[in-house]
Amino acid sequence: MATEPMIRTEADRDPEFADWFTDLVGEEKLRECIHCGICTGSCPLASHMDFGPRKLMHLARQGFSADVLGSNTIWLCTSCYACTVACPEQIPVTDVMYALKRRAIEGGQAPRKHPVVNLAKGFTGQVHRRGRMTEAYLIAGLALRSGVLRYVGMAGVGWNSVRTGRISLLHDQIERKEELRNLLDAVEQHGGEVAVR
Amino acid sequence: MSGYDYYPGCSLKGTGKPYEESLLAVFESLGVALDELDDWNCCGATAYMAVDEMQAVALASRNLALAEKSGRDLVAPCNACWLVLNKTLGRLEGDVDLRDAICAAMAATCTTLNGEGRRPLTLEGSVAVRHPLDVLVNDIGLETIEEKVVSPLEGLRVAPYYGCQIVRPLAPFDDQHDPQTMDRLLAAAGCEVAADYPFKTRCCGASQMMTMPDVGIDLVSLLIEDAIARDIDVIAVACPLCQFNLEGYQGKVAKRIGKEAKLPILYFTQLLGLALGIEPKRLGIQRSFVPVAPVLERRAAHA
Repeated sequence: MATEPMIRTEADRDPEFADWFTDLVGEEKLRECIHCGICTGSCPLASHMDFGPRKLMHLARQGFSADVLGSNTIWLCTSCYACTVACPEQIPVTDVMYALKRRAIEGGQAPRKHPVVNLAKGFTGQVHRRGRMTEAYLIAGLALRSGVLRYVGMAGVGWNSVRTGRISLLHDQIERKEELRNLLDAVEQHGGEVAVR
Repeated sequence: MSGYDYYPGCSLKGTGKPYEESLLAVFESLGVALDELDDWNCCGATAYMAVDEMQAVALASRNLALAEKSGRDLVAPCNACWLVLNKTLGRLEGDVDLRDAICAAMAATCTTLNGEGRRPLTLEGSVAVRHPLDVLVNDIGLETIEEKVVSPLEGLRVAPYYGCQIVRPLAPFDDQHDPQTMDRLLAAAGCEVAADYPFKTRCCGASQMMTMPDVGIDLVSLLIEDAIARDIDVIAVACPLCQFNLEGYQGKVAKRIGKEAKLPILYFTQLLGLALGIEPKRLGIQRSFVPVAPVLERRAAHA
């Protein structure tokens, strides 16, 4: 069995990432983090994560971008905000997770074909085009991108949704979808990261 | 102006249809107008914020701009919509540069219809975005509702399940850790409220049920197994994603916990509607995956 070194060294650091992360959360806020670990303790997904939000915050602050962006931690976050309300220093951990997801997706560092990334991209694509999301196509697109076999187990719930009239194959869309698209493209051009604070 | 504007969100037009049906029927029965916002767009949910922050803010802002024109409060029944719209309001208020950028882009690209025709869409950030739990308890009032209850759901043991996003990170109308609005509405409907259910604000797995089903099943199994152990008849919910996750996968949950799982998961508006004497079909009860009739009949026999 191959073993890998568990210790991170200076060579693994990405100072630009550390600076970006410090600006994002705020230097003072980061210093206030006493590593009490209540973010990880309160996280309902922590048991499934490579490491919890406490360690993630610390690795990110030190600039270990490959560990942070390559972990499953940010993709498992469901935005339940348990960490955010538990943090004694009011660090908006959930918003930090969002920013890390964006950074990973924008920088091409998100795992290839990861279903969470596929779902997010499929969702935004639909909304950008039509102004609304249609569940049937969200799931179909997700299955096509992430591997249909993963979704065979969903057949039952799919049939139940059809049977009870809770899913439609008609694309839901808004009337003035071009206006919305122009708005989204206009703010994209405006650019600039918006801080989490 | 009496009544409210109504922001359904995408799910209430699809898998959450019974939520829309029962919400509209309950408000009609209480004599309170709920008028769908013209040309509303998706709120962005949690997915858009993971991809593009400025676009996510713009998306929510267009809804806020459309809604503020009437001067009425906006009712958003989906937890995710409610939070996204409220968070966006807070950010627009706290960040002048952000608001200016969004306002400029919106005025240049979007329009609204007023008496004189199409006009550029302006945004002040003045609308209040309300959850129906808040409106029913704090505006309409429990006394008014109790007076109109004609068939109290006596003997029905119901666990109120609030989910995450109406109590975290904001909690403007309820207790963050032990919310009570749904408890009180269910009590008004005559239900026996299962105050011992410990997971009323614990995550249902949200979109992970689609992306990483094994993880989603783990989270939901905990919620269902505990409810079964506590002899709960129905879990009441206030969010379309919670409803779908809790109800849709009980076959898999049964395998995971090694016990039969056929627990009805109903919107609090469906239960309230039954108590108000509204015909089950108008409340979308027949759209349940898990049959509801056995539970209602068994309890009626006990009562």
